[in-house]
Amino acid sequence: MIPAAFDYIRPSTVEDAVNALADAGEEGKVLAGGQSLLPVLRLRLAAPALLVDLGGLSQLRGIREDGDMLVIGAMTTHAELAASSVPLLAQVAATVGDRQVRHRGTLGGSLSHADPAGDLPTAAVALDAQMVLAGPHGRRTVAASDFFVDLFTTALAPDELLIEVRVPKLQGWQTHYTKVGRTAQAWATVAVAAAVRRENGSIAQARVALTNMGPTPVRASAVEQALAGVAVDGDAIAAAAAHAAEGTAPASDTTASAEYRSHLAKVLTRRALLAAVGR
Amino acid sequence: MSGLFEEIHEQPAADVPTRRVSITVNGDKRVAQVEPRLLLAHLLRQGLKLTGTHTGCDTTNCGACTVLFDGKPIKSCTMLAVQADGHEVTTVEGLAGASELHPIQEGFKDEHGLQCGFCTPGMMLAAKALLEENPDPTEDEVRWALSGNLCRCTGYQNIVKSVMWAAKKMQAQSAS
Ligand SMILES: Cc1cc2nc3c(=O)[nH]c(=O)nc-3n(C[C@H](O)[C@H](O)[C@H](O)COP(=O)(O)OP(=O)(O)OC[C@H]3O[C@@H](n4cnc5c(N)ncnc54)[C@H](O)[C@@H]3O)c2cc1C
Repeated sequence: MIPAAFDYIRPSTVEDAVNALADAGEEGKVLAGGQSLLPVLRLRLAAPALLVDLGGLSQLRGIREDGDMLVIGAMTTHAELAASSVPLLAQVAATVGDRQVRHRGTLGGSLSHADPAGDLPTAAVALDAQMVLAGPHGRRTVAASDFFVDLFTTALAPDELLIEVRVPKLQGWQTHYTKVGRTAQAWATVAVAAAVRRENGSIAQARVALTNMGPTPVRASAVEQALAGVAVDGDAIAAAAAHAAEGTAPASDTTASAEYRSHLAKVLTRRALLAAVGR
Repeated sequence: MSGLFEEIHEQPAADVPTRRVSITVNGDKRVAQVEPRLLLAHLLRQGLKLTGTHTGCDTTNCGACTVLFDGKPIKSCTMLAVQADGHEVTTVEGLAGASELHPIQEGFKDEHGLQCGFCTPGMMLAAKALLEENPDPTEDEVRWALSGNLCRCTGYQNIVKSVMWAAKKMQAQSAS
């Protein structure tokens, strides 16, 4: 399968990339690691006239500290993230696809693609990540909860780039990602990201986000509320996890029914929380 | 004409953009003029006649087209040739020395690591990347590292044995 013809540029500055996208209008498309876009082009589900390859923007690759935050460049690959010590995101990136995909696919690409089964969008929502976007009129920051708008739809305008992702260092937090898929390289049927901060033997604060329980990643707010202030104890965690499917809208598809997904959400929330607190 | 047949290359239509790429393939610098939509797998197979790189599924799932890109395994059906410009690519043709098989190739021969052989080049390159990173892997680590490579003969058992065989041989070689 061969994509329809397109023109291609590999700019070396964010400004050049953004200007090229603005000039191309609806006909332009960003290329990052290509692990989602190239399959789409090969199937001719899309046929952009211009691909703007971010592969030349080495300034968008890597992780730096900024006070209490870690700033991750959009072109950082899943493999690089998996080898880092970024809380939650490192573990999540290691579960994406297979080794070949992780060497090419990028954090920015995963977030911009916004697949409901994507793992990194859920981690971003769990961490209250901030997305830094660059467009022809400058930069703006969008909270993860506002970034994911719908199935494969984000707050990005066609002439905007996601350039970096800011996440809290989460010192003193414990995190875990639990994912269930049918095979070793499969996408998540359902997955759960959990982060817990303890104080004096009880849970002071918890963040729980769900993968593939609706068109976008969602926070399990009812679970988070039920956990606030409770003892770090298997029964209390199980009772809170029983709320995991509340307010969600999982799809039924060839992999699983909505009922099964709701069941998985509860089981995996309990497991993720227990793993996070080391039980 | 030097034979019964000589391929005539049609000039691309004037409005089709092309790019010049320079890629080091198995140690040799190769320069080509390509359409941006040309996949690396197709450049290797049809352009450079390195047909050891197989294209199996065309959906980025099977891993038969795995090559090493700057030493790391990638699926060459999911990279444009223009993205490889200025980089190094190793294909299965680059594994063997002048007169000797690579220990991974020997391992696949010795342990019957192939039936139809279609997935074998990708398997061997994924294994090479693993053994460079982790010379003494456990069986589980081998299986995990090969999880992006599918064998439709389902000969995984012997594939894993082949990689373990190669790991032993390569360790013995580097010890001596
Ligand atoms: C076999 C296989 C298994 C996979 N398994 C998983 C899995 O288990 N979990 C998972 O989460 N993902 C999985 N993926 C998808 C993988 O995570 C992709 O890498 C990711 O979805 C896209 O990242 P990319 O860098 O390759 O982006 P690309 O494919 O290059 O781009 C994807 C989309 O995002 C846009 N885009 C990319 N970067 C930017 C940017 N910086 N700013 C604005 N727009 C941008 C592109 O225009 C395009 O629309 C899998 C993929 C494959 C092929």
